[in-house]
Amino acid sequence: MTTDTSPAAPSPAPPPSAEAEPGKEPNLLQEILSGSWLVSVLAIVAALVLGGVLIAVSNAEVVEAAKNIFAAPGSFFSTLFSTVGDAYSALFRGAVFDWNARTTERAIRPLTESLVSGTPLILTGLGIALAFRSGLFNIGGQGQVILGATIAGYLGYALHLPPVVHMLIAAIGGIIGGAIWAGIAGVLKARTGANEVIVTIMLNSIAGYLLGYLLKQNWFTHTTSANPQSRTLDDSSHMFMLLPSPFRLHFGFIIAILATIFVWWLLERSTIGFEFKAVGANPHAARTAGISVSKVTILVMIVAGALAGLGGAAQVLGTEFKLTGGISGSIGFDAITVALLGRSKPLGTFLAGLLFGAFKAGGYLMQSQTGTPIDIVLVVQSVIVLLIAAPPLVRSIFRLPAPALKRKES
Amino acid sequence: MTKVFGSFVANDHIDLTIEPGEIHALLGENGAGKSTMMNVLYGLYDADGGEILLDGEAVTFAGPGDAVDAGIGMVHQHFMLVPVFTVAESVALGYEPTKSLGLIDLAEARKKVREISSRFNFNIDPDALIEDLPVGAQQRVEIIKALSRDAKILILDEPTAVLTPQETDELISIMRQLKEQGTSIVFITHKLREVRAIADSITVIRRGKIVGEASPESTEAELASQMVGRHVSLTTEKDEADPGDATFQVRSLTVVDKAENIVVDDVSFDVRRGEILAVAGVQGNGQTELAETIIGLSEPRLGSITLDGKDLVGESVKNRLGSGIGFVPEDRSTDGIIAEFTIRENMILDVYDRPPYAKGLNLKAAVIDDEAKKKVEEFDIRLGSVIDPIATLSGGNQQKVVLSRELGRELRLFIASQPTRGLDVGSIEFVHKRVIAERDAGTPCLIVSTELDEVYGIADRIAVMYSGRIVGIVGADTSREALGLMMAGVPADEAFAATAAPDENSATTSAEETT
Repeated sequence: MTTDTSPAAPSPAPPPSAEAEPGKEPNLLQEILSGSWLVSVLAIVAALVLGGVLIAVSNAEVVEAAKNIFAAPGSFFSTLFSTVGDAYSALFRGAVFDWNARTTERAIRPLTESLVSGTPLILTGLGIALAFRSGLFNIGGQGQVILGATIAGYLGYALHLPPVVHMLIAAIGGIIGGAIWAGIAGVLKARTGANEVIVTIMLNSIAGYLLGYLLKQNWFTHTTSANPQSRTLDDSSHMFMLLPSPFRLHFGFIIAILATIFVWWLLERSTIGFEFKAVGANPHAARTAGISVSKVTILVMIVAGALAGLGGAAQVLGTEFKLTGGISGSIGFDAITVALLGRSKPLGTFLAGLLFGAFKAGGYLMQSQTGTPIDIVLVVQSVIVLLIAAPPLVRSIFRLPAPALKRKES
Repeated sequence: MTKVFGSFVANDHIDLTIEPGEIHALLGENGAGKSTMMNVLYGLYDADGGEILLDGEAVTFAGPGDAVDAGIGMVHQHFMLVPVFTVAESVALGYEPTKSLGLIDLAEARKKVREISSRFNFNIDPDALIEDLPVGAQQRVEIIKALSRDAKILILDEPTAVLTPQETDELISIMRQLKEQGTSIVFITHKLREVRAIADSITVIRRGKIVGEASPESTEAELASQMVGRHVSLTTEKDEADPGDATFQVRSLTVVDKAENIVVDDVSFDVRRGEILAVAGVQGNGQTELAETIIGLSEPRLGSITLDGKDLVGESVKNRLGSGIGFVPEDRSTDGIIAEFTIRENMILDVYDRPPYAKGLNLKAAVIDDEAKKKVEEFDIRLGSVIDPIATLSGGNQQKVVLSRELGRELRLFIASQPTRGLDVGSIEFVHKRVIAERDAGTPCLIVSTELDEVYGIADRIAVMYSGRIVGIVGADTSREALGLMMAGVPADEAFAATAAPDENSATTSAEETT
């Protein structure tokens, strides 16, 4: 009887056997979320090592030294380590603290730049993380960021209001924009069962082209320029600076901190978050307990989209000050990585957002000072995702023991 | 023989000898390690120690194929059949007799099915589709499959779990026949009645160890205490019901499933305050759907569900729970708990937004924690800490968590589907006591169960369901035979007529009373 691998036979709802191993395979999402912090840290280490290898092979001097590796192994290794070391030290100086800078201001500016780059990533990442915890793969961060930025930006130059009030109105506009965009996917999922991954990916493209179209309409851009970009935002709509020039750190970072606390409260201390998590972990049990799965699905997407929209608003109101086709950069996609690296926990996402902000900020200096392509940073980020999506891989690289099996001993 | 999963020793130095031509019962609670042991024997798991001797020779099985070649056949608890295959194809699957050119010789397979089927009076048509066969017949197909490979040792893993009492009797006579033909049978079960009916020798396993041999002459109580390791009472003590008003009424309830099949067919009944109505029947005859419709997980096509004079049809699950229904779902691990959630969170799964657990949108962590600790105490839940994931608990303790949640508030109606499925004898006793205590507090209780022992243990009245209909509602003193006939669809009066006459009077009067 080798039929044991055949699909389950049709015994009408057979009694569950407590002796069998728990039949339900943990799904990918749960697997990713339940990984340990150690795996996250090791994934970063492994990715940096691999990045180092790429820096070495893409460097002409190292390649040259490698040709004489048998004649002069010492020189090969010294070139190797100095090249990789230079690149990473430039990355660090660009991201955290520049000890080569002439003034104190310049020395600490990299850290604030990292925070600036991290702000939209944290906000958007929180939106993705919230959806992950609720069992939804929100891949639409990009579209939600674009919509948030578009509406916040438009309100920023179309309206003329007093400072702070203007900024708040524009930011709320961004929140609504993102919420609606994600809400579409939520409603479609809840009402028709449409897969949220596919819908949000499609909405990303639609959002991108929508913005591209709008930027060619003079009524929208408030300019007569032929360039596809908008008028500069009113000063009153800017997220005010937290530090004097040349620092660019703006109020958006405070919002990111508040949003992190809000998401923590929502998930850990509120009845709404209880519903979110229940639906995410076991929709059947949630339904049996009287929770409306479709209502929760819509609400999760709306809140997630609101956070991503706020990320877009922070980008346009705090950093860019005008709408361009590339306003969202790759925030929406990086945010997925951020949420994964942060294990979809609020604090974890916050820290992961800062790390990725630092990569972004440091990458520029690394490229300009050592000629190392900024793409290396992308590679490092991508490898982190790969390793986090496959915890057993990290465990086997570092020879960690497998996590203790939770088994039911009935 | 030893088998270890992680730090958990499922089988600890088990020695078992099976004589040719005997029926050897392996008795133990759920999780005692019975199935694990048989899976090792069948080559599905590797043993971590010890050896298997067949006719005095040590053998190792790399997989089920080797075990089959050595003459060991197994009928799993969940049948391993492909629904769209015919009987002959199913029997041939995996060991297809082939003609030249690799064509499957179905004629040969058909012949084999007919031959074995006639030898044991199985009455199986080789060309019938598996999905059209009743469960008992599907099981016979599995047995044919094992026999067609010349199995000398047949392992039956909980074979009666899905059968009606009549089908169980048939299976037992089949087992006797097989034994006469010289086949050894290992019969895995936790049902004491069956063991006593058929076994030649009994081995009792507890927590992965053999705790002793028992003789088939032992009483059920002796076997039970050997299985559990302490004295247990098999009969639940309860006073006569003192029923009050029929506050819960179901009228002409009809439910259709997604494929437009009628799963609950024009069902009407009352449950009075302070009584337990048990819904008996073989698995899959609409009981599950009935319970789910009452709680609101599916909507009826026709009919009404009235609790305290209020029609519940159309209300959300939340509103129904809010109007005082406590619901213990049938499938605990899917519907009753969230495995990743802590024990504490699972205890508030359907009351998380009500006082005292929440105020506005805020969960009150301290209250939740205190209440959880109180319930652990009250329901005797064995755990490390209330913040551990519930998946770390045993099935019995998980069920206690569910019960503590559903019974831990003022109820107007209590519904439980298979409340003791997969639980050990000790936990069953506890669950029954709590249900009866709830009844005595005046709550109407509706208990769906496929276990006749359970039905007899707690019911004040018994409603028997067959293919979506209530065949009859009878008193708890109805004979097992009559109930068995009703579970196969025979109307109550015919069932009584067909069985012993003395039962007739009392049973029919109670049936009249209640319908």
